[in-house]
Amino acid sequence: MNFVDYYKILGVDKSATSQDIKKAYRKLARKYHPDLNPNDKDAKKNFQQINEANEVLSDPEKRKKFDQYGKDWQHAEEFEKAKQYQNQSSNSRGARYSEKPMDEDSSDSSDFSDFFESMFGSSSREGRSRQVKFRGEDYNAELHLNLEDAYKTHKQTLTINGKNIRITIPAGIENGQSIKIAGHGGQGINSGPNGDLYIKFSIANHPKFKRLGNDLNTTVDLDLYTAVLGGEIFLETLNGKVKLKVNPETQNGAKIKLKGKGFPVYKTEDQFGDMVVTYIIKIPTNLTAKQKDLFTELSKL
Amino acid sequence: MKKKNFISINEFSQKHDIEVSFISSLQQTGLIEITMIEEKAFIDVNQLPHLEKITRLYFELDINLEGIESIIHLLLRINSLQEEVTILQNRLRIYETNE
Repeated sequence: MNFVDYYKILGVDKSATSQDIKKAYRKLARKYHPDLNPNDKDAKKNFQQINEANEVLSDPEKRKKFDQYGKDWQHAEEFEKAKQYQNQSSNSRGARYSEKPMDEDSSDSSDFSDFFESMFGSSSREGRSRQVKFRGEDYNAELHLNLEDAYKTHKQTLTINGKNIRITIPAGIENGQSIKIAGHGGQGINSGPNGDLYIKFSIANHPKFKRLGNDLNTTVDLDLYTAVLGGEIFLETLNGKVKLKVNPETQNGAKIKLKGKGFPVYKTEDQFGDMVVTYIIKIPTNLTAKQKDLFTELSKL
Repeated sequence: MKKKNFISINEFSQKHDIEVSFISSLQQTGLIEITMIEEKAFIDVNQLPHLEKITRLYFELDINLEGIESIIHLLLRINSLQEEVTILQNRLRIYETNE
């Protein structure tokens, strides 16, 4: 745990008046306020820091305690130990999302530093939900899927704040896309409605298939003889194997398009993109003497 | 599941400890839409996050309505640019190797 210099965070002098502090806080809040910096985690962190600094420095009692503590920083460890002991029974810090694949990313000013808590106790965290006056806060979470998961409409059970919710993830969801689950955010206050839960999907790259919108791109190795003479090969898709007719004299890098063998179109039933297959022709290696002779003969024809 | 689709402006103002006239001025500038039901003013629950955002900008950050109008416009632009970035990033992924 590190010492947090609240004066430095607000960029004010130790002799700053409450007016100076208010001014400095307002100025920084205008820069880092989450409403002005959507989806910016750094800004959110900065905003939490300046909120924390403001909470301490704008409260004469807390400021006095902080000034004292700052002076006695060399005794910090003893101070911490004593505080830890004191806080043990009231330590109720818990992750907002217990589901493993979900990254915690809740909004607003909920988390103060350990430094703050060791100094002012976790009970000082009460009343910090100052932004929630009516409607509950929105929660943001990230859900990691692989391409196969996103290929089919499926249900998943997530644990949000200790409550299980079952959501349906429509086939064809895009990497980076968000869906809103209305009413599953924080609880409203004063009979206000609940906040919403926003789930952002992160879809991992697939080793075989590259997605481009609704189309899937893949490469297939083709031996020289099939490329020259034509033939049949089997191609793996996300929906099983398909038989593919290879035309004679197929060139390296040639592309073919398989209609409707790509990715499902989001929320559109029975519509699929295409599969674009690029042939990579493999030249035979470690030729036998006979093969070499035959190739030589071919080259002279 | 039955949902409460409209929130009374009076209730909202009361819970947020703000004047009803503030909400009226937001309607006049076109920042929010108010629905009249039996001569009482309501706001669609879907607009609530937007209204709360405006309220925070005004009361917490001391930004006036003209400033808020500009900010809302810029936030919409940021939003559409972010969507565009996501689409472009997804397109670029096709060139990434799978290590």
